[in-house]
Parts: sequence; C-alpha cells; structure tokens
Amino acid sequence: MEGALSAVPSETGGRLRGSRCADCAVAVYPADPACPRCGGPAEPVALSGTGTLWTWTVQRYAPKSPPYVPPAAGFAPFTVGYVELAEGVRVLAVLDIRPEDAEIGMPLTIAAGDGVPRATGAVV
Amino acid sequence: MTAEDVLVCGAGITSFARTEESGRQLAVRAVRDALADAGLPWTRVRAAYGGSDAAGNADTLVAELGLTGVPFTNVRNGCATGGSALVSAVNAIRSGAADVALAVGFDKHPRGAFDPRPADWGLEEAYGRDGLMVTTQFFAMKIQRYMHDHGISPRTLALVAEKAYANGVLNPRAWRRKPLDATEILASGMVNDPLTRYMFCSPGQGAVALVLCSRAVARRLGGTAVALRAAVVRTRRFGSFEVFSPWAPAGTPTSVTADAAQLAFEEAGLGPGDIDVCQLQDTESGAEVMHMAECGFCAHGDQESLIPFGATGIGGSLPVNTDGGCIANGEPIGASGLRQVHEIVQQLRGRAGERQVPGDPATGFTHVYGAPGVSACTVLTR
Repeated sequence: MEGALSAVPSETGGRLRGSRCADCAVAVYPADPACPRCGGPAEPVALSGTGTLWTWTVQRYAPKSPPYVPPAAGFAPFTVGYVELAEGVRVLAVLDIRPEDAEIGMPLTIAAGDGVPRATGAVV
Repeated sequence: MTAEDVLVCGAGITSFARTEESGRQLAVRAVRDALADAGLPWTRVRAAYGGSDAAGNADTLVAELGLTGVPFTNVRNGCATGGSALVSAVNAIRSGAADVALAVGFDKHPRGAFDPRPADWGLEEAYGRDGLMVTTQFFAMKIQRYMHDHGISPRTLALVAEKAYANGVLNPRAWRRKPLDATEILASGMVNDPLTRYMFCSPGQGAVALVLCSRAVARRLGGTAVALRAAVVRTRRFGSFEVFSPWAPAGTPTSVTADAAQLAFEEAGLGPGDIDVCQLQDTESGAEVMHMAECGFCAHGDQESLIPFGATGIGGSLPVNTDGGCIANGEPIGASGLRQVHEIVQQLRGRAGERQVPGDPATGFTHVYGAPGVSACTVLTR
C-alpha cells in the first residue's frame, strides 16, 4: 500500500509529495487535504528536490525499540535535521552526511525513500 | 462587578527525590501540607482541581482527604496540567463560586519514561521506526538554530545546568543535590548535539498543592498570603516549531511561550522588568536560555552576556529557577508547573531558606512549556 510519505511517481524523480493551500500559499509535508493555517482545501504538490539545512542534531544513542528499528548492521549515530525548501516549508529528514560535515545553511538534496525523507549533500 | 482578588494562602510540596510512594500518596501529603500551611481544614475547600499525566485521577484523592462532597475536577493537560488546574481554581475564586479552592498536581514516571507512539501524534509509523520520534532531538535542534542565530556558546548551556545543580544543593526537596561544574557537564557525553547528558532533566516524581482564597478569607487567616495576579494557559498558533513535527513553515517561528507570557503580564498589569524572581521551563539548558528571551526578560542573544556573569543565579539581577528547576528536580509532568508557583510563593514570603533571593523579592513569574505547543504562565506579587 502506498503511504502518505511515498514519493510522487518516478517521472518527478523521488520528490516529496506535499500539498499547498491556494489561498495562503502554505506548503506542508506530508500532504494534507486541509491547510493547517486556514482550514481550506489544499492541492497536492511535488516539493523541490533541493534545499538548505535550517537546523540539525546527531542522534548519538539508539532510540528506544519499539518503535525504533535499528538497521541490520546495528545502531550507528546518525544526523537529522530540517531542510528548508523554496516552497517555504522545512522538512524533517534523516541526513545521510557525516555529523562533522553538518552546517546550517549547507545545500542538500532531499528525496522520499522507504520511510522518512532522506537528504544528502548537494552536488555543486 | 469587579473580579475577586485571588491569593495563595497555602502551599505544600513533597520531595522530588525517588521513593517507593505512589503518585496518589504524594498528592495526599502535598494537599495536607498546603491546608496546614493555610490553617484551613479540608472541609473548608469549596472547589478542587488537579491531575497527573501518569499517576491517576486527582478526584480519587477524596477517599483519603475526606468525603465532603466537594466538586473535584480532573485535569489532564500534558505539561500544562498544573497550570490548567490553577487557572480553573483561580476562576472559581474570581467568579465568586468558591472562596477557598485547591489546585493539586502530581506524577510519578519510571526511569526512561515518555514513550510516544507515532499514531497518537498523527504521524506515519516510519517516524518512529526510523528514529525521529525522540523528544531530545527536537530540543537539540531548536537550541542549535538559536545558538547560530543569536551567538549562544556551548559553555553558556553548561553554565545553566551548573546553576541548576548548585540551586538543587540548597533545596532539601530537590532530586539532584550534587554540584556539577560546567566542565563536567560539557564532558558528560553528547546526547543530541549540542546538548550533553547532564544538561537534561529526567522523568521523576513529586506532588504540589496550592490553596487559593478570596481577599476576605485571606484577611481572616492573617499570615503571609501572596497575590496570584495572573494565570494563563495558551496553545500554539500557526508557525510555531514543536516537537514531533514532520515539517514546519519557513520564517521566524511564532512562540506559544511568548504569547502566554505577554498575556500574563497584561493580566497582571506588570512587565518583565518588574519581576524580581522567576521560574522558567528548563527541560534542558537550551530551553531556559530561549525562554528567558521568549518571556521578555532579555533580548535574544543577551543571555550570552548575562548567564556567564551570574545574572540568573540566586544573587543575580534576575534569579531564574532558584529551586533548581526541572534539571535538579526532575520532571513529574503533572507537578512541575505548580512546583514553580510553590517556589515563587516561598520566595515572596521570605521562606526559601538557603536559596532565598536577597532583598525581599516582591514579584515573581512562572512559565511552563510542553508538547505539543502549550504554555502556562503566572505572575505573583506580595
């Protein structure tokens, strides 16, 4: 079954599927049929595939299981952050970058995957 | 008709250290202490409000306190449980419906409590499975951005915790009573950058009760009543940055803390500059730093020129969390907000013992913040 987090079909290259309110231009992720600001109807939109890092941290210890499912190779610290997109939305994502490389304002590419959004260093 | 003045005539608190007692047992003890402090019997209470997040219903306390028929309303409002109970008790006095009212908050959480489930928060299971439903991550990311925008250093975060433990040493009812210096705190192991282990509070236990009364009752009682000039609870507006958010809108985040604080000051007819001592939510060090500015006590970034110079210590220009705050007392969700009010009442009565703020403080302020974007604030005067 296709969940709300899944990517838009492949022609848009794994871009995140959000929504936007026509009246107040508020974009949200994951897509929501109602605008959280005015309650009006929101239209689906494919969000930008690139953005900049607004804030970040490193998950240094294994989160509690359940609900966390560690990778097959075992837990390793990972970086998380909010990636700000041109649509005016900051999206929470796992950052596939080394913690020591994380820097506010750095360019990132972001895509939908099997679970939560994942971002990685932008190719410059 | 003008609303009745509301006074705090009795305050009771248990130790916040871990014991074998149940949350309900703690609550009964806090209520009895508050009544004794006021010099009033339980039969004199005309309305009661209270709750816990995880230790049962407050209205069941009548079994131990006495079956007087008093209307007892349960409040379960997350981190604002104490604040919401207090607002209800205040309104009962202001409206004239009761001349003596009780607010009680209590809790008891096991070690490592707070296990959010994605479905309860309206989130896809993936957020839990992939390790993003971790409250400490949110606090870390909020202060990380704040430090970038306003030039706050990691050492200042450590100094907030150092002060909390120092005040805990002076508070016989605190849970953490061992001093820790900034260097040890910085070296205690990174939990979520930039926050280290000893910068966080832990789930804990405790109970607090406050007896409120009208001016007429306070006059008959004598003693040192403290006026509760404002008590407000607010929820977030659009644009705020909260825990467990898959997204947030761009721009400068709105703040439910700023909204609640401003409303409390308006209600009291006072401003942040009038306050002699305050208690601010310190889930971790960064929260105290940010809440100082969000509540209006300083400009964003000024913390860096206040905290390292002792301004927020007991002898400083704006003492913050004189009882050790959540960092030294732990976080029993239902009790924390009333613990803050209890501490201000003791400070304004000059009964805070070794941690008494010098110079006869006459005004105080309390602030709670919690998920999913609630804030409760009070203003008290002698």
